[in-house]
Amino acid sequence: MGSGDSGNRPEAGMMSNVVAKRTGIAALIRGPKDFWTGVIYLLFGGIAFWIAQDYGFGTASRMGPGYFPSVLSALLVLIGLISLVRSFIVPGEPLGKFALKAGVLIILSTVLFGFLINRAGLVIALLALVLVSAAASEKFRFEWKAVLGLIVLIAFCALVFVIGLGVPMPLIGTWFGE
Amino acid sequence: MDIISNLWLGLQTAASATNLLYCLIGVFLGTAIGVLPGLGPVATIAMLLPVTFGLPPISALIMLAGIYYGAQYGGSTTAILVNLPGESSSVVTALDGYQMARQGQAGKALATAAIASFFAGTVCTLLIALFSPPLAEVALSFGPAEYFSLMVLGLVASIVLAHGSLLHALGMIIFGLLLGLIGTDVNSGVARFSFNLPELADGINFVVVAMGVFGLGEIIGNLEHEASRSVTLKKVTGLMPSKEDWKRIVGPILRGTGLGAVLGILPGGGAMLASFSAYALEKKVAKPTVPFGKGAIEGVAAPEAANNAGAQTSFIPMLTLGIPSNPVMALMIGAMIIQGIQPGPSVMTEQPALFWGLIVSMWIGNLMLLVLNLPLIGLWVKMISIPYHLLYPAIIVFCAIGVFSLSNTEMDVYFMTAFGLLGYIFRKIDAEPAPMLLGFILGPMMEEFLRRALLLSKGSPLVLVTRPISATMLALSMLALIAVLTPALQKKREEAFHEQE
Repeated sequence: MGSGDSGNRPEAGMMSNVVAKRTGIAALIRGPKDFWTGVIYLLFGGIAFWIAQDYGFGTASRMGPGYFPSVLSALLVLIGLISLVRSFIVPGEPLGKFALKAGVLIILSTVLFGFLINRAGLVIALLALVLVSAAASEKFRFEWKAVLGLIVLIAFCALVFVIGLGVPMPLIGTWFGE
Repeated sequence: MDIISNLWLGLQTAASATNLLYCLIGVFLGTAIGVLPGLGPVATIAMLLPVTFGLPPISALIMLAGIYYGAQYGGSTTAILVNLPGESSSVVTALDGYQMARQGQAGKALATAAIASFFAGTVCTLLIALFSPPLAEVALSFGPAEYFSLMVLGLVASIVLAHGSLLHALGMIIFGLLLGLIGTDVNSGVARFSFNLPELADGINFVVVAMGVFGLGEIIGNLEHEASRSVTLKKVTGLMPSKEDWKRIVGPILRGTGLGAVLGILPGGGAMLASFSAYALEKKVAKPTVPFGKGAIEGVAAPEAANNAGAQTSFIPMLTLGIPSNPVMALMIGAMIIQGIQPGPSVMTEQPALFWGLIVSMWIGNLMLLVLNLPLIGLWVKMISIPYHLLYPAIIVFCAIGVFSLSNTEMDVYFMTAFGLLGYIFRKIDAEPAPMLLGFILGPMMEEFLRRALLLSKGSPLVLVTRPISATMLALSMLALIAVLTPALQKKREEAFHEQE
């Protein structure tokens, strides 16, 4: 919780310099966190509102499937707008650095797992998941202890989940026959 | 006496060999995962939830409750030993607990935490047994309007208690409510926001959301700045508090329990607010000589009693009204629904063995924690010492397998990934995900209750304010919102959260 803020402090000065040098709209944004939250709310709210118009709105006494979603998404759009306006008035903290490499690798690792689980089987899916996600850490390196841990983990998952709890995950996937 | 026969029924259920075993497994697993830094109770329960699917409902719920206390206690252990609170409710414990550990009093701090938790747990189990039946009776008279207003109150309370900007908390709730509506509308059969994906026809499973936001999102956030932490402590000795210590902790434990019990019942309240307020209260009532922040045993006893009391009494609204007061209870409700139990006031009358069994098992779980944890400290210290870069890939593995096993579809893994990314982004822009999860669980229920209320009133929204109970709850929500928007209180709230961090 608290560590997230304190870790970014040193960059705060640098970041605001960067912001100040920007031109156009970016220079006017005083609260980047408010700005981006507003954008996200507007985006999701707007899309949801647009889609919800396809569902019958109904009347208050007979609420259709579109009633509640329309009201909610309109509210979300409103909140997004307030947040956007506020971002040009109230100064706020900068966003801070994004953990780009870590984020991409972690996301890739779970997507790979999902893609491989039925096709290549649990063993390979886990291997991919662990290796790719582990590479997200700065401390990642091959050492026999970690490799041993990996083997134990895969064996544990195969034993407990597939054999013990009977989760229908193939150990060897459709790519390799069957 | 009714209550005695009820508790006896509960004891018979909870003390059966299988249920005792599941309670033990739950407490053990909960503590083992809860001590891992960066994993709070929500992520722990979400991760372990699939393990309980194959069990009979009562065993599953007993095990989940055990996991919850275990995770709570595990979080405190980490807070004391390495100053890395695994969850927000043990942030305060870290203030004095870690200082005690640095002064060589780790054993005493851990024992104090265990004793305080056990005492609070015992008192609050009794409170639940005493207050649930009358509350459930009141709840049985609730119509859809009352339920709708109650949920509004719960959501508003969670805004007030959220960190950071109120506007963003409000936005997160509405976003969560909208996400909850994904799937087939019960009334018209229209598949909403499903993008023609069959996997979305039944909506998104809340475990997927919880694991993505609280599991994956948290991990990406943690990797942002990898701090190497060291557990200097290898051996924990000197467990029992001395007679002098006992004198010092009795008052804080009693006050912490009382405060925690009250705050836990409030919607949106629960363990975090309880521990923070208890610490603030102790600072006010204690003699000026008590070294708060420098290893005061009072500073461990009070918040630990309070957070366990709050954790316990937050079961009251869940069990009697079927309304979650925090994300953990939202997960419990989800688990009940998966087990085919509709949470609400009728559970007590229709399934008395399950209801009272769960309550008695809470006390047994707390007793197990007390007996188990002190001798197992060595094991927990070992778990804490696992370096994070070796730990988190394993956490992702369990998240991925857990999510896949929900309905054996790879699509759920992709959804979890999306929520992980979303969770990380929300963290970066200071939008707290907890209110979103509450909204997610409450969304479909709120729509249904509003729909019924308006159907009965022939479309007049006045029904929400003409019925006294409903009106009271809406008035309370308004008051809470207004109060938190007044500049003076807003400043106080910010200070409070700052102090906590």
